[in-house]
Formats: sequence, structure tokens, C-alpha cells
Amino acid sequence: MKKIKVGLGTCGISAGGELVFNRFKDELLKQNIDAELSETGCNGMCYEEALVEIEDDHKSYLYSKVTVDRVGKIINEHILNNNPVSDWIIKSENISKEADFLKNQTRIVLRNCGEINPTSIDEYIAKNGYDAIQQVLNKSTREEVIENIIKSGLRGRGGGGFSTGMKWKFAYNSNSEKKYVICNADEGDPGAFMDRSVLEGDPHSVLEGMMIAAYAIGASEGYIYARAEYPLAIKRLKIALGQCYKKGFLGKNIFGSRFSLDIKIKEGAGAFVCGEETALMASIEGKRGVPRLRPPFPAVSGLWGKPTNINNVETFANVPWIILNGWEKYAALGTEKSKGTKVFALAGKIKKSGLVEVPMGMTINEIIFKVGGGIKGDKKFKAVQMGGPSGGCIPASMGDLKIDYDEITRTGAIMGSGGLIVLDETTCMVDLAKYFLNFTQNESCGKCTFCRLGTKRMLEILERITDGKGKESDIGILEDLSTKIKSASLCGLGQTAPNPVLTTLKYFREEYEAHIYDKKCPAHSCPSLITYSISEEYCKGCGVCIKSCPTGAITGKKKEVHLLDNGLCIKCGKCFDACNLDAVIKN
Amino acid sequence: MFEVKINDEKKEILNFKIDLINKRHQSGSLIGLLQSAQDSYGYIPEKVIEYISELVKIPAADIYGVITFYSQFRLKPLGKNIIRICEGTACHVNGAKTVLQVLQDELGITVGETSEDDNFTLLSVACLGCCSLAPVMMVNDETFGNLTTDKIKKTLKNFRSKHITEAVHEKN
Repeated sequence: MKKIKVGLGTCGISAGGELVFNRFKDELLKQNIDAELSETGCNGMCYEEALVEIEDDHKSYLYSKVTVDRVGKIINEHILNNNPVSDWIIKSENISKEADFLKNQTRIVLRNCGEINPTSIDEYIAKNGYDAIQQVLNKSTREEVIENIIKSGLRGRGGGGFSTGMKWKFAYNSNSEKKYVICNADEGDPGAFMDRSVLEGDPHSVLEGMMIAAYAIGASEGYIYARAEYPLAIKRLKIALGQCYKKGFLGKNIFGSRFSLDIKIKEGAGAFVCGEETALMASIEGKRGVPRLRPPFPAVSGLWGKPTNINNVETFANVPWIILNGWEKYAALGTEKSKGTKVFALAGKIKKSGLVEVPMGMTINEIIFKVGGGIKGDKKFKAVQMGGPSGGCIPASMGDLKIDYDEITRTGAIMGSGGLIVLDETTCMVDLAKYFLNFTQNESCGKCTFCRLGTKRMLEILERITDGKGKESDIGILEDLSTKIKSASLCGLGQTAPNPVLTTLKYFREEYEAHIYDKKCPAHSCPSLITYSISEEYCKGCGVCIKSCPTGAITGKKKEVHLLDNGLCIKCGKCFDACNLDAVIKN
Repeated sequence: MFEVKINDEKKEILNFKIDLINKRHQSGSLIGLLQSAQDSYGYIPEKVIEYISELVKIPAADIYGVITFYSQFRLKPLGKNIIRICEGTACHVNGAKTVLQVLQDELGITVGETSEDDNFTLLSVACLGCCSLAPVMMVNDETFGNLTTDKIKKTLKNFRSKHITEAVHEKN
């Protein structure tokens, strides 16, 4: 019997996956066709959604960009007459249009994403799911588990990069009758969607990782703190939790052992700072999510004052694999100090935006050009933004840099949780720094003065610069405020908030200077610093720009060169987009 | 502020939830309670704050502090359709600013406001997480990606006409 799998992650659904799924369902029912229809998570190829995979006799055919209109033909030709529609297939035995995207990846965290039905615990079990926790409960002591994780070299994938095994050891060493394990699923970095995809595509792997951690540190209660903006992830987690309780994988005396664990889901309420562990715990306790001073660290005094271990989604998803395959195999991947793989969310000006998992040590250029297919519209690669609002921009000239926690930190950016935003020549770096400052300024909880007020002042200066009103002293003040905010803030948010400004100042200082001294935006992006005009050479007088202009700034007769009145122009760029002859010039 | 009468049915739901939470001896239930209150009312009316305050023995001022800290909670009712515009990095570099401008022009409101006919509320979110479709907006639970000026106008028109047909149905 053929099996039809439709990709229904958030990306798949927004590309129309649900409509495709329903059409398959209707047609199979109507024509009384004997085929299994199933949903699956995102396989990483967000740029090819909606994806449909048809499995037949251990052969697999992956259809891309499936629309409702294509369903009929796929059913008629492939399902009923065994005649795959090769034009629409991107991957099968004989076709491999996306070979580069896949062959350069090593999938550990994403091992099941896009493969199994995330709402079926049996499909997870069939992929050796929950074998690791049983193996641990039957054969390993708690100390051995911690030792294995330390030796694997796994470091916190939420951005901190602290040794996961050491973190567990600290919590293990704390004496208390009650301990907690928390999964941080408050993925707040704009441009990052790794954790969401893992939770949507393979929630059980995260639960199993949490169970192993709980056993190792001696916790009997767990929480998953998930962003409320991820409704689908929460829904699938709830289904997964229900299935675990039903099978007895959670609750009392798990797998007949003396180990008991309860896991609950706490929905966040929209505050970026709650990704910080002490703020996250305050939020679980029902309070305002304001960070506190460490020490004491959560491993000593965490949730409700009890020893607590917090790891993020991706970290937990690695754990069962390490247990089953051995720490040696994990440590064999990567660089000297950064082991294993890292999942990245590729987005921005890149051809193949989606989710990729690559071994540590791969270079930025390899990820962008080999895996991601290069820059959209074949424009010039300018920089890559890593680590979201806490990170920074790495210029194209450093594209041969190896992805490794310490190498990246050396550039001034951070590995972060894995958002990788590709920028091309049309991106203004000052504007990008302003964008991130606007974000952190909004999300600052307000506890530390420098973070609360300093980010606000920095934002005002950046707004002034992009408005063409920058002063000579501005760069100096920005640098001064940056160092002070970094040193006088309590938590990661404030300590890293100036990074986007500092890195752009380090690598793209001339862009700041062009804005301030020449009143020019080299990327032609800041509206206050550009002017539009119409080229006498190219304009054919078609009138398209006249129609597009909201203020009537463009005049001219048909078939004569048009004129643009800069006094009336509001620089909305509509004429620039409308003209098919490249006759509107941006300067 | 708002004159809201807590109707019996909703009060019962809320009471039931509070009861459930008390029974389980869960501490830290405030955010969950506020979330269920917002689910029932669409926003958190002042009366409900007072009501919760009495039940969980937390001062209303502290509850207000929690509500205003988290961006999810609203103290004002929303329009019929909620537009969430994504301000993520990928959307930003792919022209989210233009999208916002078009929406504001079309609706005559800025972010956080509700249109005069109560038809649309415009909100912004940090990231919707479907960066491959940037720029993106969400209307209610539906995501619209690869937005252009025309696509936005068409989408709004569709929702407006939906509103009109519904209104006609109600009249009939």
C-alpha cells in the first residue's frame, strides 16, 4: 500500500499544505483508493513547500510545491497508475534536484523531522524512540549518564554554549529531595525557528531527552516553557505528553524502574527576556519575567528555590542519539572544542531558506553557497547575521570562518540559537543595527538602568543617523554606551544588546561614516537619504509610474519622458518597483 | 474604564478553572488564569482583574503589573479580524516596512489600534517563524506569505467582503 505524507509544519501549512492534505483526503475517500495518508513535520526545505512524499515499496518520491490543483494528477498518474509525475519530483531513486542541500547535512537533531508523523508515538518508537531512556534505566548509573554527556562534548544549543554534561553534574551534586528539569522552548530570536520545527516535527525526541536528564540529575518534575506564538508546537507537545502518560512512559515507576517523572507545559505570554533562565523560572512561578543575579545558579537554587536544570529544545533532542550511538560517535563530529552538529535557520536573502543541520566546523561560505544555494537574485553576498539581537554581523570577507562557538565569539558575533540571516548589497548595515536595537530596547525588562535607558539612547542616535541628521560625535557615543551597557547589565539581554552595533561598527564603519558625513546610504535603503529620478535614456513614457505614485509627484505625457518632482516625492519606492524598464533611478 | 458585567456562564468557566488549579495545589497559576480569562473575553476587563485578585489573594496592582509585562495580554477589546504583521529579521530585510505602511494606509490605523468599524486590529509580532515566506502577516489564524502591495489589498478586500456578507446574514 502506498503511503502519502504531507509536510504540515508551520511553513508547510502557510504554503497551503493543509489544503493539499484535505484534497488528498477527499479524493482518496471519493475514489475509494486504498492508500495511507499521514502528516509529517518540516524536513527543512521550507523553500519547496508544500511538500508531499509518496512511499511505495520502500521507494520514496518527494514532490515539491504541490498545490491543490496538482493533487488530482498525482493521484491519477502516480497513485493509481504507478507513473510518478517526474516533472514535479525533486527527490527519488533517479531524480535528485536537491542533492546539494541534503548531502552536505548531517542529521542528528532533525533525524526524524519530515520523516515520521509527529502525532504518532508508534512511529517514533519504530525509529528506536524511547530505547535510550530504557537503556539508561536498565544499564546505566546516573553518574555514567552524566559522564557520557560530558565526554560527548555537547554544549548548550540555546546560545550559551556551556557544557551540558557539566550543567547536569552541578544539578546532580545539589542535595535536595525535590529537583526540576526545564526545557526552554521560548525561542524568541527573530529569524530563528529551529526549536519550533523540532517541536512540531519530532516532539518525542525532546521529551525523551528531558527524561534522561531528569533521571541523571534526580528530578521528579519537569516543565516545558513554550512560546505562546507557537500554537502548533504546543498542540503537538500536548498530544505527545498524553501518549507518554497513556503508555506509562511518564508518571510513576517508568519502565518498571524506581524512576518517576511528571512533565507539564507552561505557555509563555510574550516576553523575549523570558528566554533567560532566571527570568523564565520567575515566569513559571507566575511573576513578571525579570532576571535575577547569579549566583546562586539554577543548579543550586532554581524554580521555587529548588535545584533546577534548564536546557533548550535542540540540546535535549541530541541526548537520546548520543546515548544510543555512543559519545564517541558524537565527539567525532565537529571541531576540537565544538562537537556534534548545529541546526541553522537559513533566512534572508538566500535562495533556499529553510532548516539545515551541519557538522560544526563547516565554513560560512559552504553553508550559504553549497547548502543554501547562494544569494537570492544572484546579488552580491555582503554579510551574515548570526545570533539574532544578541549576535552580530560577520562580513563576506570572513566567509571561510569555521562554525565553532569560540571562532564565532572571536568575531564579535555569537553562535546564538542558530538563526542565520543572509544579507546582500541592498541591506543597510546601520538600518539593521537600528532594527535590532529597536527590538532589544522594546524587550528590555527595565530592571537595569543601562539596559533600560542606554538602549533607548542608542536607538535614538541610530534613528538620527539613518534620518541624515547624524552628528560627528555619534560614533564615539555609540561605542561608549555599548561598553557601559555590556558591563552594567545583569543578564544576557543587556550584556549582548550592543553586539549588533559593535560588529557593524567594526566591519562596516564606512557605512556609518557615509550616513553621517556624506548624508548618503551606500545600500540605497534609508528613505531619508535617497532621491529618485527618471532616466531620460530609458523612460519610454508608458505612464506606469504615474499610476503608482500616491502623491502625484510624477508628471508627463504618454510616450514622452516623465518628470519626478522631488518636492512632492515621499520616497515610498512604488515607482521604482512599478517600472519595468529600469528607468526610475535610486540615488 | 470598561463597564463589563461578568456573565454567569463565563464566571462559571473561570471559577471552574480556578477550582481546578487550587485542587492541584499548583503555585504559579496567575499567568495561566489570565490566559484563560483572555480566552473567554478576548481581553482582560478590569472587573476580571478584581475578581481574580480576590480569589487568588494577589493585589490587583501586582496582577496589573504582570498583565502589562507580557505582550500577549490586552486590556482593550479587539476588532473582528486580527492582523499580525511579522517584524522578524528575514521579513525586515525583505520589505516588512513597506508591508506595514500599506496596511496602515489601507486601514487608517497604526500598530496596536483597532479600525473604526471594529473590523481589524493591527498588531505586530517579533517573529512568526516562517521566515522562508518573508514578508509575512497573519490574519486571525491564517498566514499570508510573500506579500506584495496588491496581495495585501486583495486579502483585506476578501476579509472586508466576508464581513459584509456576515452582516447581511445577521440582518436576514
